[in-house]
Amino acid sequence: MAALAVLDYFWVVYRRTWRGSVMGRFASPLMFLGSLGLGLGSLVDSASGGVNGVSYLHFVVPALIATQAMWVALGESTYQVMAYIKWNRMYRAMLATPLGVGQVLFGHLTAVAAHLSVASVIFVGVCAALGTLSGWGLVVCIPLAVLTGMAFAIPLFAVTATLDSDEPMSIIFRLVVTPLMLFSGTFFPIDSLPVALQGLAWITPLWHGVELCRAAVLGGAGPGLVAAHLAVLLAYVAVGAWAARRTFTRRLVP
Amino acid sequence: MSDVLVRARGLTKRFGDFIAVDGIDVEVRPGEAFGFLGPNGAGKSSTMKMIGCVSPVTSGELQVFGMDPATHGPAIRARLGVCPQEDMLDGELTVEENLWIYGRYFGLSRREARARAQGLLEFAQLTDRRSDRVEPLSGGMKRRLTIARALISEPDLLLLDEPTTGLDPQARHVLWDKLFRLKQQGVTLIVTTHYMDEAEQLCDRLVVMDGGRIAAQGSPRELIERHCSREVLELRLDPVVSATGTTGAARGVELLGEAFGERLGERVEVLPDRVLVYTDDGEAALEAAHARGVRPISSLVRRASLEDVFLTLTGRTLVD
Amino acid sequence: MLAARVIERNVLAYRRLWVAFLTGFAEPVFYLFSLGLGVGALVHSVTTDAGTTVEYATFVAPALLASSAMNGAIFDSTYNVFFKLRYARTYEAMLATPIGPRDLALGEIAWSLIRGAMYSAAFLAVAVAIGAVDSWWGLLALPAAVFIALAFSAVGMFATTFMRSFLDFDFITLAIQPMFLFSATFFPLGTYPDALRLLVQATPLYHGVALERGLMLGEVGWGLLGHVAYLAILGMIGAVGVSRRLARLLLS
Repeated sequence: MAALAVLDYFWVVYRRTWRGSVMGRFASPLMFLGSLGLGLGSLVDSASGGVNGVSYLHFVVPALIATQAMWVALGESTYQVMAYIKWNRMYRAMLATPLGVGQVLFGHLTAVAAHLSVASVIFVGVCAALGTLSGWGLVVCIPLAVLTGMAFAIPLFAVTATLDSDEPMSIIFRLVVTPLMLFSGTFFPIDSLPVALQGLAWITPLWHGVELCRAAVLGGAGPGLVAAHLAVLLAYVAVGAWAARRTFTRRLVP
Repeated sequence: MSDVLVRARGLTKRFGDFIAVDGIDVEVRPGEAFGFLGPNGAGKSSTMKMIGCVSPVTSGELQVFGMDPATHGPAIRARLGVCPQEDMLDGELTVEENLWIYGRYFGLSRREARARAQGLLEFAQLTDRRSDRVEPLSGGMKRRLTIARALISEPDLLLLDEPTTGLDPQARHVLWDKLFRLKQQGVTLIVTTHYMDEAEQLCDRLVVMDGGRIAAQGSPRELIERHCSREVLELRLDPVVSATGTTGAARGVELLGEAFGERLGERVEVLPDRVLVYTDDGEAALEAAHARGVRPISSLVRRASLEDVFLTLTGRTLVD
Repeated sequence: MLAARVIERNVLAYRRLWVAFLTGFAEPVFYLFSLGLGVGALVHSVTTDAGTTVEYATFVAPALLASSAMNGAIFDSTYNVFFKLRYARTYEAMLATPIGPRDLALGEIAWSLIRGAMYSAAFLAVAVAIGAVDSWWGLLALPAAVFIALAFSAVGMFATTFMRSFLDFDFITLAIQPMFLFSATFFPLGTYPDALRLLVQATPLYHGVALERGLMLGEVGWGLLGHVAYLAILGMIGAVGVSRRLARLLLS
């Protein structure tokens, strides 16, 4: 398991830098629960009596678990990957050892999955501790959120490896990520969107992750639907992995 | 005052407890190329930054163009060209834009800045790279661009901090040629370097710095004549341990000591990788060494250089 | 006016980044549509702290204008400035010319105000087009956004001078995100318990949101000048702090 050696590196880095990120990991569920769940929720509940029969808090929290996973994945797979390719050339240093591209890639992605797991466990833990939600469904959200995150991270690894500078990244964030977050059904059901935008939601990983987490906590989704959501996310992971392997090889060992 | 561009008296720079520059006296006159020679950490760059008015003087007196950097920083900087140790080119701009925006910083009109940038592109041999970003340029090109940038304001005094450090030999020679031409045009240069060949090539006058102090000053020729013998015999001795338990090198040093210890004007300096014999006649010294039974792996007779001056003055080499 | 040269340099650098520049307009508009259409369908109408009942889109548009002025200013004055300060060492090179630390501070802050004003103007136009502006006072929302940008860019740049690595930006996010979520942006101040209300009212974004909301909904009173004063004083303190810190860092 040579990829373990790569993982070791990320562990060393993490031990040095975890403080800032862990503070954020705890703060973010608290803030979103307070602002959207309680604050905005009080407006929604008094105006429409909640969403689809549940309070806004219950509607929005499971979706936030998936959305936060997307954000974590983005942080780990755009600027971070660019840094390792170009700015501090960490990948090249790793490839100067007997490690191959596949192992370096696998090692880094495993580190991303670990970050996602930590973030999701903390988010779910905070929700449970505050008593806003409970039940096994919440626990099931953890692997679902990790899967959602990886469905973003892996294709983004592939894309980042083709970029010459970080300039397109801010464009990706503004034109792709922000609308995704806003129109993915996290904050309101997508049926209130125009049909064209709904179609957009269907092809993006976040909406599937959001629906899966919501189904896990609130129930009400048939096995066929759940399988379909899972299939889409897994397809992103598989195609992303294939593409990332190719673009990494082309970039790092031309 | 007009005959002195830079005058320092007891100039001192302290960072906390660390004394970077320890009371130096320097005068730089118009039209000359003045050098600070010394190893890393000798206080050269700190001195340059004080002259460049980007580092306040701790104590002592400093005047540049007859003005005090503490009170007239912007006015002094307006007449200076600075080529810092690291290029610090603007990576978000093209080669040409780097030049002309710098002219704008000096208050040139757009038209003037553009015209001067044209000329400097040619000077730096970068005309065909004018629209490229800075990042892909080679080290030598970046250095030439940095020097060209420092010239955009047509400065009265050009400060060059380690101008050729990190460049390959060919790029260094191209740069020395450029700097030599500037000197001929009457631009006053102040150069810091830890390369003795650079100091010999460029400087009319220089100070040898070590540990924040000035160890010696004069023209390269004067310094060598004053502090060194005419020639140097360099010997490489066998480091392998012999049957007697001493290394060949140690025995060789012993023998050399016997050979030259009593003779006037000859001195032996032992370095980790070689032994230097300072003498007025290198060939004769080599013969004497052979006669004593010294069997070097290789030997070389050469003229004394500033490197030897530094070694004589401080007991250490310039580049370690 | 050497500060103008600093702006000129940024204009030059941004000429090649026009795509990134243009996409900056899109972000707040996405928020406006998403919250106005989507959340608006759930919330219908909101009663503001001043007592008017308005549609949710109308309620949230001023807050989004204020937040985007904040975000734009923070981005310019933190990441970009940090890069130029620590990595590219652009400022060090500039200080070898007659330009001084105060010119740098003023130039960079002014540049982020110019960008902020352009973004704000575009957002305001969209808000007017979808009918989310109720009053002619709304014209003053643009200069108000400049005050918000001033406060945040000056303070953001000041904070940046203390940063040691990009990791420290986690702390900026930690300060910005809660302000975005809690400064009476998405729901009125009246939703909070009293103790929290005071806390919210202490934050700069709250004053920005309250100022914009007052102007765009036409709930105008002398009290709005209090918000302006808060933002202006913060901006002033930040600007003085920045030029002192730059002098300390770069002229040592």
